[in-house]
Amino acid sequence: MSTTTGLAALATLLQVVAVVAAAPLLVGGMRQVRARLEGRAGGGIGQPWRDLRKLLRKQQITPAGTTVVFGFAPAVVAGTTLLIAAILPLIALGSPLDPAADLFGVVGLLFLGTVALTLAGLDTGTAFGGMGSSREITIAALVEPTIVLAVFALSIPGHSANLAAIVSATADHPGQLVSPGSLLAFVALAIVIIAETGRLPVDNPSTHLELTMIHEAMVLEYSGPKLALVEWASGMRLTVLLGLIANLFLPWGIAGADPSMLAILIGLVAISVKIALLAGVLATVEIFIAKLRYFRIPELLAGSFLLALLAVTASYFFATPTN
Amino acid sequence: MTQATYNGVLNLAAGAFLLAAVLIVWRRELRSIVALLAWQGIALAAIPLTEGIYQHDAALIVVGVVVLLLRAVALPLLLARAVGTEPGERRESTPLVNTTTSLLITAGLTILAYAVTRPIIALDPSPSTRAVPAAFAVILIAVFVMVSRRRALSQAVGFMMLDNGIAATAFLITAGVPLIVELGASLDVLFAVLVLGLLTGHMRRTFGGTDLDQLRELRG
Repeated sequence: MSTTTGLAALATLLQVVAVVAAAPLLVGGMRQVRARLEGRAGGGIGQPWRDLRKLLRKQQITPAGTTVVFGFAPAVVAGTTLLIAAILPLIALGSPLDPAADLFGVVGLLFLGTVALTLAGLDTGTAFGGMGSSREITIAALVEPTIVLAVFALSIPGHSANLAAIVSATADHPGQLVSPGSLLAFVALAIVIIAETGRLPVDNPSTHLELTMIHEAMVLEYSGPKLALVEWASGMRLTVLLGLIANLFLPWGIAGADPSMLAILIGLVAISVKIALLAGVLATVEIFIAKLRYFRIPELLAGSFLLALLAVTASYFFATPTN
Repeated sequence: MTQATYNGVLNLAAGAFLLAAVLIVWRRELRSIVALLAWQGIALAAIPLTEGIYQHDAALIVVGVVVLLLRAVALPLLLARAVGTEPGERRESTPLVNTTTSLLITAGLTILAYAVTRPIIALDPSPSTRAVPAAFAVILIAVFVMVSRRRALSQAVGFMMLDNGIAATAFLITAGVPLIVELGASLDVLFAVLVLGLLTGHMRRTFGGTDLDQLRELRG
């Protein structure tokens, strides 16, 4: 990749700050869309920010018997998510970290965060924490092969797993988007992102019902500032993953590797609009679907694995020889 | 029609053809299975239509239109009429192999199809032969559906899918069989589905269900 200019570094910084600031707003917006469609008034878009402020002021309580694993897990989740936010080409292509990490690296960082929370859930020694961790790691184990295959399918047209290379290849040849491989990879990736961020139909983010919760069961013992950090990180994960899928498949508006100030602004507006639209669609679709029974989740994820596999075969075997 | 559009449409049709087969394995509702079969018929008809328009071959276009009418409209309508209205009859409730395993087996069958059709592609690498593995995978998936389902209707759907797969392979390898052969084969399938529909209705009236596993013992 080209050497990074000062403005590209600024774009990356802006990207991280925007993700940090906008993640609670995104969660609030999705809750608001959902509330309105269900005929409720809703708490307003700023409600998650108010919740975070309240939690940050509260006293920190650590359950007896927990170790350093429990203490560090929120920081690991938030840290890996921020690192992903710095790597992904959300506003501009030429992130200073771009040569260091490809799409496989991003997936690895994502799972590092998941594993940290899972260990924290086990560390508490409570029944709920263990149950939530067991469920979360089951889903993560089923999600991972699908993500790797979908990434493989996406990196075939660009001949590279580097994110900026994939995004710019799609921007240069928009015709590739309607190829079977690309469409199947999109569906597979959308299903695993829904599973990974704990949205319906895999996990219900707004429930604390013992029998169904997955993500909430793991973080049940957190309180005060650490709970705020966990909630914040899960909002940021949703934001960066929506941004990733938006730019992998709809890369228009993104600034180039050597952007001007105006291009950075356009990139910021474009990615905000794309993420807001995707989040709105996701929240609207969630109204109409019920949570899947836990034992039917493997079925959904096996289906998305098969779609990803078909995506690979389609991109690899249907690919017309370059002559 | 340019070379690039021809490639694109052909690949999209082959991809949709295979995807419909996969979704038929995935879904349980008999009505949506029949609807997916209609979509598969449209994707199948798109193959001879595309080739006919690209090669300016009127006979292929006629075959394509006949395939479209028969496999995307007539046969799904006939099958949809055979779907029972009783609650217990509308779903493929307990297939012999559970859905998760079925999907993974389907993945294996797809890879197998790509492996065994490599010599065919090597004979004459063209855009249409490159899509043959998709058609071949549908044949294998159809055989799997036929042996793993319990309801008479889903087995009939498996049979139709098998025939779709064979027809698609023929279109892709030979750029279309002669018109009269295609019409003969289509007529055959139409009669087979009519007979199957009649038998299903008869079974339901006599035994109250179409679960074929319950019909293994002789009753006197």
